[in-house]
Amino acid sequence: MADGQDKKIDAATGTELKGHEWDGIAELDTPLPRWWLWTFYATILFAIGYVIAYPAIPMLHDYTRGALGWSSRGALDRELADREAQVAPLRRAIAATAITDLPARPQLMQAAVEGGRAAFKVHCVQCHGSGAAGAKGYPNLNDDDWLWGGDLATIEQTITDGVRNPNHDATRMSIMPAFGRDQLLTAAQVNDVVAHVRVISRQDKASAAAQRGATLFADNCAVCHGPAGKGNRALGAPNLTDGIWLYGGDAQTIHETVWNSRQGVMPRWDDKLDKATIRMLAAYVHSLGGGEAAVAEAGNGAQP
Amino acid sequence: MLMPAGSGDLYEKRKGVYPKAIDGFYRRLKWAIMAVTLAIYWGTPWIRWDRGPYAPDQAVLVDLAHRRFYMFAIEIWPHEFYYVAGLLIMAGIGLFLVTSAVGRAWCGYACPQTVWTDLFQHVERFIDGDRNAQIKLAKAPWSVAKLTRRLAKWSLWLAIAFATGGAWIFYFADAPTLQSAFWTGHAAPVAYATVAVLTATTFLLGGFLREQVCIYMCPWPRIQTAMLDEKSLVVTYKDWRGEQRGSVKKAQANPDLFGDCIDCNQCVAVCPTGIDIREGPQVGCITCALCIDACDRVMEQVGRPRGLIDYCTQEDAEAEKQGAAPRPVLKTLLRPRTLAYAAVWTSIGAAMLFALGARTRIDIAAQQDRNPIFVRLSDGAIRNAYMVKVRNMEARPRPVTVGVEGLPGAMLWTDAGTREQAAPTVTATVPADSVAKLRLFIAAPAQGSARQDFAFTVRATDREGGGDHEPARFERP
Repeated sequence: MADGQDKKIDAATGTELKGHEWDGIAELDTPLPRWWLWTFYATILFAIGYVIAYPAIPMLHDYTRGALGWSSRGALDRELADREAQVAPLRRAIAATAITDLPARPQLMQAAVEGGRAAFKVHCVQCHGSGAAGAKGYPNLNDDDWLWGGDLATIEQTITDGVRNPNHDATRMSIMPAFGRDQLLTAAQVNDVVAHVRVISRQDKASAAAQRGATLFADNCAVCHGPAGKGNRALGAPNLTDGIWLYGGDAQTIHETVWNSRQGVMPRWDDKLDKATIRMLAAYVHSLGGGEAAVAEAGNGAQP
Repeated sequence: MLMPAGSGDLYEKRKGVYPKAIDGFYRRLKWAIMAVTLAIYWGTPWIRWDRGPYAPDQAVLVDLAHRRFYMFAIEIWPHEFYYVAGLLIMAGIGLFLVTSAVGRAWCGYACPQTVWTDLFQHVERFIDGDRNAQIKLAKAPWSVAKLTRRLAKWSLWLAIAFATGGAWIFYFADAPTLQSAFWTGHAAPVAYATVAVLTATTFLLGGFLREQVCIYMCPWPRIQTAMLDEKSLVVTYKDWRGEQRGSVKKAQANPDLFGDCIDCNQCVAVCPTGIDIREGPQVGCITCALCIDACDRVMEQVGRPRGLIDYCTQEDAEAEKQGAAPRPVLKTLLRPRTLAYAAVWTSIGAAMLFALGARTRIDIAAQQDRNPIFVRLSDGAIRNAYMVKVRNMEARPRPVTVGVEGLPGAMLWTDAGTREQAAPTVTATVPADSVAKLRLFIAAPAQGSARQDFAFTVRATDREGGGDHEPARFERP
């Protein structure tokens, strides 16, 4: 640094030199431009104003909240409320339209499907999977096989009331007896019934055991599953002759089902979700590729 | 750089440039180019082109809202933007070609900054008078007369800036509609903002900044001068002929001592960027050749040969200095470098024309649902789902058939139907100039490889026909 003694002055400009030099280039001790200085002061003022106006300094248990009362959480709440207000008319319209009338209003239907897609991701994926493909014991909602029916109104009712939901009178209800555990059938008889189911589902060829099982099936199972094993949607009794199995179609799994029975449960959603959301969920599930038309379903549901 | 001693400022104050009016070959060329380019600029949006009821009837239209670019019979979609890229490449190579042949012709004749400055300078001469009157007026103290003249000049400038800058918006919307909407106050705010910005910049750049744009702000002269070589035509002062400068009288007294330049300074007086070409090639020179016009006129008056300042390549200048005869201009234009540029430029253009002629106007794209990849149906068949987009790039609705190739036993249906309506093909009508989204379900027998490649096909079933196909994959458990 230059002190009073070895003060060096640049001859060309008359400005004092800083005193260091690199490769013949020396630095002038030129003061900061005035505009720069004022800009610097302005930024300091701005920072002080900012600290006063907005949340800024963290304390031990709290933080300075700022004079404007702004918070990022509050801003988010406001945005969410705005968004809610935006979609409110749509939700009201969906809630006011019977689900069977939705397909006639394509725009509303499309909005319902999109809303249902979002609601599904929150409420349904835990059991049915993010793509609604289900898992063992949890139905695949993409396929064309329905335990209780696949038209819009039926799906809506299933979501509203749930399946085997305790303490709810309107719930979908049916109970398959535990034929083995409750000794309704002997172990050998259970094996025969399993053999018969394997035959009607075209997985095994006819056998003597299956022959005996056919009689047992007619006496014990046909009341729910129908004489041909094609199921009954009124009772949620699955079709045993198609290619889709909720728990599995191999002999061991069918044996377990007959021996101990299955009692799949789905919660009722009308105590958690509003009408519009349930309607949107039904529309979305119906759109997944297996949705049925209401008329066809009316004929289907009547047959035992 | 050190500050000049005694100066408190980093910048030198602008010295006013008051170019003198001049007439001549290059001046008239400039007028012609200005007339042609302005006519194209103003006229183009008003040319109509019938595209039927589904597309706009404007011949040249950049339809940002609908992501379309129309140019007469050509319609460009966003995914065909490579045509625009191709045009930009052609423009680039065209610039190489022009610059290597005739130097900074863009700067001197076609650049809007040059054209507008030129126009504004003529207005200035019309109001304030020619060079000397302008200098006098600039030095005069403010008075009512001076203020009146200034206001008159600025209003004319503003009017020109508004007329030229404002026309730009007509390229982005239907011109007649926008015209009436603009004057009745119903046009989009962006239209008014665009007109305001372009009017203001034209007024400011053409009226006040002028040559400072060319010398200090514009990167173009630096790029263009880098493209020049010693074989490019540039405005050259033939110093071996002109020096030593001296008046006619002095030259008559001492013919051996003096060259042809009589130091009349007319070349400096007419220069729109205020440079002295006799100092050699420099970045401030936009090669507008007005100095050539001025010098030729003076040479004629004093009875000396024209061309003391002339378009000349650096190589020829050296040769002439050694005593060679001037070369015809055509010979300087045709040389391997310019021919190579021309060949590349032409082949890109030809390739683009070919691609334009061969492109299909119906297009299909498919994306498979990934969650779940496949679904087993109750009869044991496997179903895959796809989002299929059929793009109709014609300005009329088109009936199409979507089918599959290479997937035996496949049945198709959309989410608007059910499996009972499944068929080997799906028909749809794609609206004019748009993309139809079809959610397609395909059911195929469970027997088959786990991953089977096939293709979606689309075929237009109207008279023109045409189609496309898109590879896809069918997945099984």
